[in-house]
Formats: sequence, structure tokens, C-alpha cells
Amino acid sequence: MAERILDVKNLEINFHTYAGDVKAIRDVSFHLDKGETLAIVGESGSGKSVTTKSLMGLLANNAEVVGGSVMYHGQDILKKSEKEMQNIRGKDIAMIFQDPMTSLDPTMKIGQQIAEPLMKHKKMEKKKAWAQALDILKLVGIVDPEKRINEYPHQFSGGMRQRIVIAIALVCYPEILIADEPTTALDVTIQAQILDLMKELQSKIETSIIFITHDLGVVAGMANRVAVMYAGKIVEYGTVDEIFYNPQHPYTWGLLNSMPTLSSTLLEAIPGTPPDLLDPPKGDAFAARSTYAMKIDVEQEPPFFKVSDTHYAATWLLHPDAPKVTPPTEIIRRQKLFAEMSVNKSVKA
Amino acid sequence: MRKYLLKRVFYMVLTLFLVATITFFLMKLMPGTPYSNQEKMTPQQIQIMNEQYGLNKPIWLQYLIYLGGMLHGDLGTSFQYSNQPVSYLISSRIGASAQLGLQAMIFGVVIGIIIGSFAAINRNTWIDTLCTILSIIGKSVPNFVLAVLLQFYIALKLGWFPIADWGGFSYTVLPTIALGVGPLAETARFIRTGMVDVLNSDYIELARAKGLTKFGIVYHHALRNSLIPLVTLIGPYTVALMTGSMVIENIFSIPGIGEQFVKSITTNDYPTIMGVTMLFSAGLVVVILLTDIVYGIIDPRIRLSGNGD
Repeated sequence: MAERILDVKNLEINFHTYAGDVKAIRDVSFHLDKGETLAIVGESGSGKSVTTKSLMGLLANNAEVVGGSVMYHGQDILKKSEKEMQNIRGKDIAMIFQDPMTSLDPTMKIGQQIAEPLMKHKKMEKKKAWAQALDILKLVGIVDPEKRINEYPHQFSGGMRQRIVIAIALVCYPEILIADEPTTALDVTIQAQILDLMKELQSKIETSIIFITHDLGVVAGMANRVAVMYAGKIVEYGTVDEIFYNPQHPYTWGLLNSMPTLSSTLLEAIPGTPPDLLDPPKGDAFAARSTYAMKIDVEQEPPFFKVSDTHYAATWLLHPDAPKVTPPTEIIRRQKLFAEMSVNKSVKA
Repeated sequence: MRKYLLKRVFYMVLTLFLVATITFFLMKLMPGTPYSNQEKMTPQQIQIMNEQYGLNKPIWLQYLIYLGGMLHGDLGTSFQYSNQPVSYLISSRIGASAQLGLQAMIFGVVIGIIIGSFAAINRNTWIDTLCTILSIIGKSVPNFVLAVLLQFYIALKLGWFPIADWGGFSYTVLPTIALGVGPLAETARFIRTGMVDVLNSDYIELARAKGLTKFGIVYHHALRNSLIPLVTLIGPYTVALMTGSMVIENIFSIPGIGEQFVKSITTNDYPTIMGVTMLFSAGLVVVILLTDIVYGIIDPRIRLSGNGD
């Protein structure tokens, strides 16, 4: 079994607002193994970014961790002081942000921006740090790095800037890399390049990645495992094949159904909007938008039901007493493919 | 770059010419004459005086003569102060004014940046409120009130600094504070607004994600990006302070230029009005050019392009 480097248990985060406490993260647990990529998928406001910001100790001032723990090397990150977190951030856990156009300091040379973490964490002198910055610029595929290291962010295109942001994140060879929608703000052609680069660097630098996205298409090529988040909770998690070809939660169905495929003629949208987390619904948060909702869904929260050793889903549909329902046709097609895959696997075995 | 600078210098000269022209004719529209005791003078006396000062010539000729003199660095002769040349009057008094103005500006801007940053970092806390109240007080209390208070409490009661007059550095301390509180309050306000914006930006979050300390983030990333709006303010403000403050110079008996300027207007001392106006304008156009250059140093995005366009 792979070494577990990050273990998030029963994380609960509230945001204090004038209207009351928004329960943004409600009992979230997941883990990250060494060298793997975990994708956290969900729509805007589902709590993906808040979860990862808590791992970095970068929560907004009005956010409060109400409960849970984040174990990293046997210590609870959530209990660390700001000073201690400063020594972890950028060195052991680094982050790539969503919008490369705004995440670089416009008035500082990119060489210095890359060198900064080295000077802070490795106590390097400026010269040595710049030399290393040059190396990492080459690694992330910046052409003519000797010249460009002296340039400012506005002299780079969006894709190039994201490469620089990646260089900043990776320059200290972090154990964990959090990528918060790193391709959302980029052109589709550039997206593929950035994703390829991240995969390539992951094997070179041996980092584990938490990849946050709302784009399932991106997940398929990147992740080993997927956790699906909805309304501040994880509703289903499993390996990438299990989530894509054998999804169990109606919300995952909805997500996959709203993704274009070669055969789809009409894209299905998930009806309705996510619930108000000021006052979260009692049962399954997705019940109000689900055509598969049962009476118990609005009364009691579903626990995680085991689908396989790696695959769990929190939906009452998996309860032994639940009636059999027919998923959308696209999901049935996928589940058939999954059945064939597992047959092939067992034949090979 | 060279072409750009040449173009800028040409416009500067043009600006100064326009200022000189407009001021000259506006000044001639002012009622009265330079003679303080006109009622007691006979028409002949007035005519003799007018001839002596060239005031009997047609205005357009006076204008041309003045411009010609200015090109040779001759700003004419003051009507008051025992017929001193204006250039001497200015050069002998501008030193004190410039020193005081510059000191006040440095004091105000440096302290203002610190207070403004402090307020922005601790936004919406009592520290922020305190800094805001202080800068409102600094902005709204007239500097002559502050000057008198400083004289009374610091100079008279505590005896730390001389109460007035112009000698060594210790004489400049109180007027510097009195004069610097205005720019201080203004700077604090600008920096606070700018920095609150900057601190909410993505690159500050990235800087935090690098593990930088709070101080490191403010010093290396936030400050420079908050300075742009301030630079616009500082330039003209500095010129205004350096070319003399009548009130402060009066209160502290400083032999500066501010008092001269005001006196010259009330007495229709045309050459002195022109001289001080031209000095102020020249300072201003130079400072505006400097401001544009400083912009480029602070923010590479607006750096002047090297190919001259």
C-alpha cells in the first residue's frame, strides 16, 4: 500500500458572515497517497477551494475551522501557528492558482519571484537562487530563459505565465502540490500543454497533486483518484475509472451527463441551484435537485456505502432496501463499459 | 527615449511660455498701481516713477521687454525692498523655503506610508480606525493651529526646540512638523486605499503561499504596487511646499519666499509676482516629467519604450 502523506479527517469549516455562519465545509474526509493525483471535482461554491486553502493555512479572516484534523507527517496542520505554517507553505506544500494573469506581482522580475521561496526556505543567496530559478524556468519550458528571467509578468502570455506560476510552486520540490483550477483561465490548446507539463513534472519531482477542477474532462487524463464534492461535502470518491464508468451518486451522474461525449447530441444540465449553506438541508443536500430523490433523502443524511475497496458513495440508493432505479442512458452506457473492463481484467488475471 | 525627452522638453518650454503670457496679462488686469502712497504723490512724480519702471509703455511692449529679459535670466527689479533684482530676491530666500518644504515632504511621506500601510494591514480593526481618525485630524486641522500649539507646548513649555527664527537644524524641526502633517495625512490615506486593494489581489495570496512573512509580503510586494497613486500626488505637492508657505514661514519667522509672494501681490509688485509664478511653474513642469519617469521605475508596465514613440 502506498504511503499516505496527507490525511484529512472530518474537516468542518464555517464562514462568519453578517447573515450568520455559512457551513462551507461539512465533515469532509479524504487522504492523499505519495505520488498520486487526487482530483476534487465539484461546481462553484461546493467548497473545493476552501478545503485546499485550509491545508495551506490560507483561509480568509472570517473563516473558522470548527472541527476535524489534517494530519501531515504525524502532525495536525490545523493546529500549527502562522509562523510554523510559513515554513511549510511553498516548501512542503505549494499551490498553483487559477488565474495566471493576476497571480504574478506586476512590478517584480519573474526571476526574483521564482527565487523568493528558495531564499526564504533554503536560505540561499540571491545569486544561487537565481541560478536555480533559471534551471526551473528551463524545466517548465520557457524558451530563452537567460533573457526572460529578467522580464516582468506583462511581457509573457497567459500560458507562459502559468508555467512561471508552476515554476514558483515547484522550485522547492514540494511534497504536495495543490493545483486550484490551474487551466480554467487558459485557452483550450494551452490547457492541454499545461496539463502535460504538470504530469511530466510530477514524475520528475515526485510530488503528489491535489487537483481541483470543475472540468471532468481535465480529470480523466490527470487523476488517479477522484473525490466529488457537493454543498460542502464529499458525496462520492473512487479511482478515476470507478467515478467515470461506475458512478453511483445521482450528482456524479448529473456531472457526467452534462459533459459532452462523442455520441451526445444534447447536453443535459443539472436543474436547480446548490443549497444555501447558511442553513444546509437536513438529508442528502442534492435531493432537491435530484430526480431520484426518495423520502429518506430529505429526512436523513446518507452515510457512505461501500462500492469497492476504493470506491464509496453517500447515497441512499445504495442501501439494500432501496428500490432499483434506472440511471440516465449515458451512465448505463458507461457502466456497461465498466463491466466489460472488469471482465477483461479478471480474464487477464 | 531621447526623442521622447526632447519632445517633453519642448512642451515644457511651451507650457512655461503660456504661463508667463497668461500671468502677465492677468496681472495687468489687477486694479491699482505698485505705489503704496499714491495719494500723496503728484501726477508728475507718478509719471517719473512710471517712466523709471517702464510702466508708461504700451502693455504689449512691456510684455515683449519682460520676455526678452527672462530669456537672459533677468527677472526685472522688485518694486519693493529697495529695488533689489527679483532674481536676487528669490535666490536669497528660496533656500530656506526649499529646505523646509523638502523636509516637511520627506517627513510627511515617510511617516504617512508607515501609518497608511499599518492601517491597511490591520484593516477594520481599532488600529485602522485610529489611523483614519489621525489622518482626518491631520487633514482638517489648519497647519497654523498646529504650528501655534507646537510653539506653545514643545518650544515654550518643554523648551525642546527654538520657538521661531532660522538657524541650524533644530530651528527647522517644529515648522517641518507643522508643514508636514498635511502631506502625512494625505499620504496615509492614499497608501491605505491603495494597499487594501493590493492586499486583496491574487499575487499577494501567491506570495503568502510561498511562505513569506507578513512583513516580507508588505515590503516586497504590496508597498511598491501601492505607490503609483501616491507618486501622482507627491510631485506637485513637493513643489507647492518648496516654493514657500506664507503662513508657516510667518509664524516661525522664516526668511522664505512664501511671504514675499503674498506681499508682492498685495502691493502690485509685478516683477516679483511674475518671478515667483515662473519659479513655481518651472518646478511643476520639471516635477511632472520626473513623475512620469518615476512611474516607469516603479511599474514596468508603464515604462517608457526605448524606440521613442
